[in-house]
Amino acid sequence: MNRFEYARPATLAEAVAAGAVPGAAYLAAGTNLMDLMKGGVMRPGHLVDISRLPGLDRIERLGDGGVRIGALVRNADLAYDTDFARRFPSVAEALLSGASAQLRNAATAGGNLLQRTRCTYFYDTASACNKRDPGTGCDALGGENRLHAVLGWSEHCIATHPSDFCVPLTALDAVVEVEGPKGRRDIPLENFHLLPGSTPERETVLEHSELITAVRLPAEAARFAANARYLKVRERTSYAFAVVSAAAALRLEGGMVAEARIALGGVALKPWRARAAEAELAGARPEPVTFRRAAEAALADAKPSGDNGFKIELARRIIVRTLTLAAAGTPERMPALPASPFSGAITHA
Amino acid sequence: MPEITLTQAPAHIRMGSSIGQPLTRREGVLKTTGAARFAADNHPPGMVYAALAVSSIARGRVTALNVAAAMAHPGVIEVMTPKNAPKLALDPDAKNNPFMFRLDLLQNDRVRYANQPIAVVVADTLEAATEGVALLEPQYEAEPARTGLDSDDSFAPAAVGAGSPAEESHGDITAGLAAASVRMEAVYDTPAQYHNAMEPHAIVAAWDGDTLSIDTPSQGMAMAQARIAGLFGIAPEGIHIRSPFLGGGFGSKGLFSGPQVLGIMAARLVGRPVKLVLRREQMFGPVGHRAPTRQTLRMGADGQGALTALSHHTKTASSTFDDFFEPAANASHALYASPAIATSHEVVRIDTGTPLFMRAPGEAPGSAALESAIDEMALACGMDPLAFRLKNYAEMEPISGKPFSSKALRQCYEQGAERFGWAKRPQAPRQMQDEAGMLVGWGMGTAVFPALMFQGQARAMLRQDGTGVVETGAHDMGQGAWTALAQIAADSLGLDLDRIEFRSGTSDLPDAGIAGGSAHTATVGTAIHGAGADVIGKLADLAMDDERSPLFGAGNAGVIARGGRLHRRDDDGRSESYADILARAGLAEIEGRGTGAIDPAAQAAYAMHAHGAVFAEVKVDPDFGQVRVTRLVGAFAAGTVVNPRMVRSQYYGGMIWGVSFALHEHAVMDKRSGRLMNPNLAEYYVPVNADVPSIEAILVEERDIHVNALGIKGVGEIGVTGTAGAIANAVWHATGVRVRSFPITLDQLLDA
Repeated sequence: MNRFEYARPATLAEAVAAGAVPGAAYLAAGTNLMDLMKGGVMRPGHLVDISRLPGLDRIERLGDGGVRIGALVRNADLAYDTDFARRFPSVAEALLSGASAQLRNAATAGGNLLQRTRCTYFYDTASACNKRDPGTGCDALGGENRLHAVLGWSEHCIATHPSDFCVPLTALDAVVEVEGPKGRRDIPLENFHLLPGSTPERETVLEHSELITAVRLPAEAARFAANARYLKVRERTSYAFAVVSAAAALRLEGGMVAEARIALGGVALKPWRARAAEAELAGARPEPVTFRRAAEAALADAKPSGDNGFKIELARRIIVRTLTLAAAGTPERMPALPASPFSGAITHA
Repeated sequence: MPEITLTQAPAHIRMGSSIGQPLTRREGVLKTTGAARFAADNHPPGMVYAALAVSSIARGRVTALNVAAAMAHPGVIEVMTPKNAPKLALDPDAKNNPFMFRLDLLQNDRVRYANQPIAVVVADTLEAATEGVALLEPQYEAEPARTGLDSDDSFAPAAVGAGSPAEESHGDITAGLAAASVRMEAVYDTPAQYHNAMEPHAIVAAWDGDTLSIDTPSQGMAMAQARIAGLFGIAPEGIHIRSPFLGGGFGSKGLFSGPQVLGIMAARLVGRPVKLVLRREQMFGPVGHRAPTRQTLRMGADGQGALTALSHHTKTASSTFDDFFEPAANASHALYASPAIATSHEVVRIDTGTPLFMRAPGEAPGSAALESAIDEMALACGMDPLAFRLKNYAEMEPISGKPFSSKALRQCYEQGAERFGWAKRPQAPRQMQDEAGMLVGWGMGTAVFPALMFQGQARAMLRQDGTGVVETGAHDMGQGAWTALAQIAADSLGLDLDRIEFRSGTSDLPDAGIAGGSAHTATVGTAIHGAGADVIGKLADLAMDDERSPLFGAGNAGVIARGGRLHRRDDDGRSESYADILARAGLAEIEGRGTGAIDPAAQAAYAMHAHGAVFAEVKVDPDFGQVRVTRLVGAFAAGTVVNPRMVRSQYYGGMIWGVSFALHEHAVMDKRSGRLMNPNLAEYYVPVNADVPSIEAILVEERDIHVNALGIKGVGEIGVTGTAGAIANAVWHATGVRVRSFPITLDQLLDA
């Protein structure tokens, strides 16, 4: 453990001021940051503990029908909020497919957005990593990279963003509320994370000391509630990050798709909104051939960054399946295994 | 250390004998309440903390360590490096016997694998020691790492595993293949796997002059004593080891490891008790692993599906500096009858920590490949996989021609198949789906594991109050030794379990040998049985020679020990209590000793194995290739079942390990650097609860009068065998895709 200063400000303003110190990092539940510090991947000189800041742990239904999720709302509290889960079922499903029950009880909404990649070369401090140590190179290139990015990557970084939560949020036009030295601002989640380009160390558009205070879902997002799913393919049945995941939300009118939302997880360094796929679906009949066309459009620009070409076809298939499930309707009850292709209870042939 | 207070089973559940009763774990309450003291829970007065610094390169030299920076950190007491490490009485690279593995003990600056210890920092707190390690910032002179199995620079070792010949054969393989009407050849890959016991290797070491007191998890305390004694030039009797509980061992705690020795060296260097606990990532290197294998199976069969040839070749890897060779091909020795069998091994040396025994060493990867290949051969012969196995059922051990000491495999097949519903299995793949559209497949595998015994001793006593004491330095790794051995102890003295005291888990007790090879209960149980019989024999002599005893003159009729009394065998009404016999003889106690070891004559005459049959159901997503095991049924015959609850638990654990082998475990080594890229339990996958299906373990009745006096074969490892192959075969049956590279990952099934 490195030596660091620890502060626990009482107010948001104090927190933002404390966070302005060079080398400062915000600490919420610490489910990711603590691991990174123990492994020597991050060595912040100042920890600003925001976990007890007042007013950030609320789920507020807004007057227009939207919802504001406080940055400190725990994953489990959000997923098990009946009203939230009913109106944004794919978000609840994504939350419950992530991590383990213990982690979900601790991890916060804001922290989820800022979790770091699971690229093993990022975690392995003996490896070169442009994200951890800018300019050192990327050992994932040409290395063990079967789970790495197939969209939006650069030769500087082929990592992926690991969040489940962010995938349906991106599809549903979530907005990130941040507080900083220059005041408050809103950032659409779709623009919040940055692709690696030549600066993979820069992961979001947040300025130094800017603090996430809430994530907002607009009222329109609830209009997809009847046909919204999240699906996550992984290498064990639970407690694993996505190989590829997808969120799909449909607004059906008269048997046709009035509006579609699709985002992918595990394919890029940000939750990947598939707008080209959405365009294929708008006004179309919700049927396999359309879904396949949407899937092709979503992955049109994909290319392997290593031994991971299989993820491209896998992503297409996941889009088709998630759209199929969404079209069939959101289930009454949360599946026993949320977001899993295996819906839950074991039945025998 | 306070006395270990184990739960005493009430006598009324005995129903005549302790052996065979499903007692719950006698240390269960201690463990579930946190009262059980594991090695790292000990804090002797004045204890300080050691943290290990490990190499980030796989090959080369350490050229610099910033010792000054570490020493300057508050709380750091000492930095142990090759410059100041205590000199040892024995070169840790010396190898006087095959079980003496070479250790990296800071004797020089050489680096032979990633995560090799290169320094130890000792501090007042764990935090200070940990930061001290970070401040060392080692500099290296690195050489290119040698990795992977592809190298052509391989050699044929003289021996594999625990000393088996690397090549064995009988019959003529070439002729057998030539005569075959059906042939198959396939190559199977299995990855490197790491034991990853829940409890990392830990040691608390305290010196007092030349005597040494240590708390450390060990599967072999006497061997550890001998190893430490040799390295430090002290008497084995001066080393006291306490190892009452292990948080899993699986082979990685069988032989004393380098990091454990470093804890002792650090204690000597600073002159205070030292605790050293490995971090999870440090368990990927210096404490053993299962080596990767590439196995080539070739088979031939005649028109009726009878094997004419079975050839099993294994290419595996070992470290550059020591010899452990995963004996995977030997899995083909004992199972399927064939007039020609040939097994062989070849090895490449890579920059890795030395591989070691890991639960079912050889058998686990060997079985995965063999059972997959048998399935492929059954298909090629157009036969049901069970029918094919029965067609090639071995009545004699195939490689040796010896009869089996006992073999209830046929009953395992029958009972397992019946319970599973195997008869309804369609022969062709991709025939079954569930209501959600998942592909469903059924597969099976045969399980086999040798019935081994090592050497073990026990001491038994009867006291004048009629109670008994049984002592043996046995090891409870979680398998249930505290319970099963106590059951045997009670029966050996003819006492209820609550009338005996069972002492175990420390090195001052009689040497119980090594807890490995699934042989601990058989070995130590036999020793206990002998010790009890010795005591009862002495007691009977006292009574039968004393005309004041109702048993006087029983002579050739003999006596039976039961419920704390000796009864005349030919007249149950004539009996006397142990207490009365001892009191009259004026003895406070009477002691006996016993030894457990294989009977060489029986071993020469018979092949001894436990057997089983595992049936698996999997579901596979037709589009994504994600696999879930949904049902496992295993039927096992392993001689006497001492405690059916513990035995089932061992089978469950073994079968879950099979799930892990088939679908999850894979240590990922970067081919360029030789570094392990997933040395943690978030990325090194093992099954979670949602991966563990409905499991049934059927205990098939089997009596074996040859293996040992109690007829015990051993159950610790057999569950791993058979299962991985059964799952692979079920995946094929579900999808029609034969995956020959373990673990079976979804990318290999996308073209299904």
